[in-house]
Amino acid sequence: MTPRSIQLPLSTDTIKSLKAGDEVLLNGYVYTARDQAHFRFVKAISERRAPALIKGQTIYYAGPTPACPGNAIGSCGPTTSSRMDFFTPHLLKSGLKGMIGKGARSEDVRRAIKRNKAVYFITIAGAGAYLSKKITEARPVMYKDLGAEAVYRLKLRDFPAIVGIDSNGKEI
Amino acid sequence: MRKISSDRISSVVAELSMDANFSLRKDIFGALRGAWASEKAGKAKKVLGILLENAEIAKRSKTAICQDTGMAEVFIDIGQRAAVTGGGLEDAVNEGIRRGYGKGYLRKSVVSDPLLRKNTNDNTPAVIHTRIVPGDRVKITVMPKGFGSENKTRIKMFNPTQGASDIAGFVVEAVKKAAADACPPYIIGVGIGGTIDKACILAKEALLRPVDRRSRKTHIAALEKSLKKELNALKIGPMGFGGGATCLAVNIETFPTHIAGLPVCVNISCHATRSATKTI
Repeated sequence: MTPRSIQLPLSTDTIKSLKAGDEVLLNGYVYTARDQAHFRFVKAISERRAPALIKGQTIYYAGPTPACPGNAIGSCGPTTSSRMDFFTPHLLKSGLKGMIGKGARSEDVRRAIKRNKAVYFITIAGAGAYLSKKITEARPVMYKDLGAEAVYRLKLRDFPAIVGIDSNGKEI
Repeated sequence: MRKISSDRISSVVAELSMDANFSLRKDIFGALRGAWASEKAGKAKKVLGILLENAEIAKRSKTAICQDTGMAEVFIDIGQRAAVTGGGLEDAVNEGIRRGYGKGYLRKSVVSDPLLRKNTNDNTPAVIHTRIVPGDRVKITVMPKGFGSENKTRIKMFNPTQGASDIAGFVVEAVKKAAADACPPYIIGVGIGGTIDKACILAKEALLRPVDRRSRKTHIAALEKSLKKELNALKIGPMGFGGGATCLAVNIETFPTHIAGLPVCVNISCHATRSATKTI
């Protein structure tokens, strides 16, 4: 099966059309966020000041290596998604539409994905050098004090992924 | 006494930390290629093919194989007739990590306090294991350990009347629990015996042994082989896509233990298990 090219941010129609197990190539902007950024996002949401970059967007659970001169980014594969499970339902409620990571999610997250009509993608774990070639821009935009865990805005070009959980809550 | 300067130690550690992160170990590359060759067409085979390509890109472009370039574990066998001059050994090792992770554009993933969690921004300190051995050489191994897999470690104190089948069951449970989270196909390091801290170090040392070399103890080699077969029957596979490659090898190291106990540590390691060694 030839993977489908998908434009980010995800439109309502695209979200509806994606089914668990579909192979896709992602194109457009995503934001990286790991444990500490999620912790801060949820703290901000609880104080009714949800970061604007969540709404309608896609988060990539990743912390890249620094870029060598002449490259957009260093090695950039996914980290374990389940560590973000506790925070994810709050982000989905605030309008997050897509997530990219590795591994299974909790039942709470699966239900929240279905309830909020979002999508969870999985990408190739441990292939950070390969995936770095699918990222054309990287810029830290938030929480720069976190170093490797800062929020980066990445531009993806034909970034390979598979739908892990679709908007009907169906898992691969 | 043979003198070795602390600066020499630092430059070797720096070189090894870059080498380990850029070049996938030959034994592991070979095992991955074998797994790819014997996999039937499908998603699992496709992923294994990308992992081989990833290793080639990493080596060629000096990009880290995986973005989690780990907390550095450094094993040093220091000959009792060798003397480090010009500075402390641990300082020299940490200086090497600082240089290697800087020069190699490797990720700085270490925080200075486990609760306050402020990044040290140079990936130090390393976790250093030293042993004094006969001779005048110094053997240094750098193992960058990623935490996606480290988080799946399991330890257990078995009763002394329990045995190989109980340990096998524990290893299988550990892998089932990790599922596809820790980047299969896995290399499973198992430490059996000693005290619990010894068992944990044995599990790490087990990961340093080439995956195509079985234990010299026949009963342990048999356990390694039967466990590998059992784990591959779980059909987790790369990214959880099934197929025959859940585990590339089970490496077990043992040590004498106490009459009252049977400590076991299972350290799961990913398909990008990294290490590099040099003797000076």
